[in-house]
Amino acid sequence: MAQIKLSNLRHSYMPSPKGPEDYALKEIDVTWRDGGAYALLGPSGCGKSTLLNIISGLLTPSEGQILFDGQDVTALPPDQRNIAQVFQFPVIYDTMTVGENLAFPLKNRGVDAATIKRRVDEIAEMLDVTDMLNTRASGLSPDNKQKISMGRGLVRDDVNAVMFDEPLTVIDPHLKWKLRSKLKELHQRVKATMIYVTHDQTEALTFADEVVVMQEGEVVQIGTPVELFERPQHTFVGHFIGSPGMNVLPCEAKGDRALFEGHEVMLEGPTHGDGGRTDLGIRPEYVGFGDTGIPAHVTKVSDIGRHYVVSAMVGNTALKAVTEHRVPEPGSEVFLQFKPEQSRVYRDGWIATEERS
Amino acid sequence: MIELQDATKRVGNTIHIKPTTLTLRTGHFNVLLGATGSGKTSLIKMMAGLDPIASGKVFMDGQDVTKLNTQKRQISLVHQFFVNYPHMTVFDNIASPLRVAGMAKSEIEGRVEEAANLLQLRPMLHRRPHELSGGQQQRTALARAIAKESRAVFLDEPLANLDYKLREELREQLPDLFAGRGAVVVYATSEPEEALLLGGYTALMEDGRVTQFGPTADIYRNPENIAAARVFSDPPINVAQITVSGAQAQLAGGGGWSVSDMADGDYVVAVRPHRVTPFRTSDADVELTGRVIVTELSGSDSSAHFRHGSDDWVSLAAGVHPYEVGEDHSFYMNPAHCRYFGQDGQRVA
Repeated sequence: MAQIKLSNLRHSYMPSPKGPEDYALKEIDVTWRDGGAYALLGPSGCGKSTLLNIISGLLTPSEGQILFDGQDVTALPPDQRNIAQVFQFPVIYDTMTVGENLAFPLKNRGVDAATIKRRVDEIAEMLDVTDMLNTRASGLSPDNKQKISMGRGLVRDDVNAVMFDEPLTVIDPHLKWKLRSKLKELHQRVKATMIYVTHDQTEALTFADEVVVMQEGEVVQIGTPVELFERPQHTFVGHFIGSPGMNVLPCEAKGDRALFEGHEVMLEGPTHGDGGRTDLGIRPEYVGFGDTGIPAHVTKVSDIGRHYVVSAMVGNTALKAVTEHRVPEPGSEVFLQFKPEQSRVYRDGWIATEERS
Repeated sequence: MIELQDATKRVGNTIHIKPTTLTLRTGHFNVLLGATGSGKTSLIKMMAGLDPIASGKVFMDGQDVTKLNTQKRQISLVHQFFVNYPHMTVFDNIASPLRVAGMAKSEIEGRVEEAANLLQLRPMLHRRPHELSGGQQQRTALARAIAKESRAVFLDEPLANLDYKLREELREQLPDLFAGRGAVVVYATSEPEEALLLGGYTALMEDGRVTQFGPTADIYRNPENIAAARVFSDPPINVAQITVSGAQAQLAGGGGWSVSDMADGDYVVAVRPHRVTPFRTSDADVELTGRVIVTELSGSDSSAHFRHGSDDWVSLAAGVHPYEVGEDHSFYMNPAHCRYFGQDGQRVA
């Protein structure tokens, strides 16, 4: 396994790109340590597939370098990069048994029979498929097929990285959960460098130690799941991560206060910069109900089992709150309280408050 | 209103839908929740008249439509895959069923406009489907269903192929879009969370039958059998064997608590992961000790999978909790949140 470094990477599908808008991938600088679990997260069209293809060698970037353990591999073709890939749809041979499928990547590289057997047995044990080793792959359920695909990606211990491209898209939700946990468990056991590409925040956050959030070809934040949740650097991250996402409320900013629909809101710290569009960002989890506060009209209450999602209007602005206990009635008038250390101002989308130390 | 009376569906010699009796009311948002292959699409096709039923009857607003073909049932159907006419503009796509019905031009314009407004398609009315994003294409298909003003609208996993955030947005709008339109809305999904967010009524499906039907939140909280509890849970509900003796329940892996109204014997207990926490939530909590196998941190929640006796359990709690994989940890569960089932899978307490 290897450390992967992407250095000043840019890519345009045009022959002579001019402005930043001509780049499908704007500017990427990131280092992934050996043995880490990483995710590339963003909506379709954000550039994550372009980046994936650049790492695997299917695409040569317009600018910048890809380094595996310090060695420049930018010009190397895919087969010399030693990367295992798991795709959205299971890639397995129906005519072979599960065991033969798992052994295939090793056999292809002329690995000796004893090593093949040991690796296949190990991987099968980790995936709980030991009892299926002699079963023909054609009869497997879709989730078991995908499990075997994952196993094929993990069976070689000489690869630089294992990349997963939306691997759970075609899997039913309850099995998705199991496979995701299995993958996490595998990572916690084999310590391979893993890169997981998805548009699903839950998958990205639960799998990765560090997540790269992308939007329109640009990295908007790189951080741990907690950092992305607790202190989004951009309203896009706040909105995209979390369900429901962060409330983004038009406001005016003055020092360490924001003025939202005529109500003063205490912020995490002083605001910097000036001009531009200003929004108050606060997660529904940090909007509480009290006997005083910002008056709001409750429009809807959804019981989603674990907690309630309350939709409310403050003046002409809609927002959401998540609550477990104190549940207001739809149509009622309530007072909202914003947790100051979780209230921030964003200027033209980017965070513009300082953390109070 | 749609009523199924002992309706079954057969393909060759295989029974796809076992005798089903179900009443779905006009104005209600009804969710069909079940895994792939549980029969959701089959049931929709039977109600829509796309597939013949082998036995039993189907009624719409009291009228026997068992033998009536789809065109005459006044229904709309939106699929998982965006189905639009590629050569027509968005306007014409939305208008097409109204034209087929021979509606006057001015009324067509009014209806298309209204539907386009609701689905924020106004600026795109003159584009063709290939110029639209996936979300806009699916909104076009939904607008067509709305403009048509049907007696029943069937939505078969309509958001499955959309990006997560877009799905969230449309999912929130859907119940409101169809509210007050005088139609029975039937929405098929394989995602428990989606059913909860949509609210309304839910029919749980498993293996070609409806296992439970009622208000969505009620079904979630009070599954009648263990199968229903499993189908309606994401993350998967914890399930373990207990032995009850003298009003004391005992887990094989250790941990016991008092129960009432349960005869001595072996039972199955089910409790949701968010009711198993790494901290005490009440004095009644039972402590479960187990070895942590996997940990997941989603930003706002921490989950830990742990082995307790021979059972695998999952704990899910808000906030960040540090767990060490391979170490023993204590978890706490309030028995008030336990649901009990007999060995036959039926709820006992």
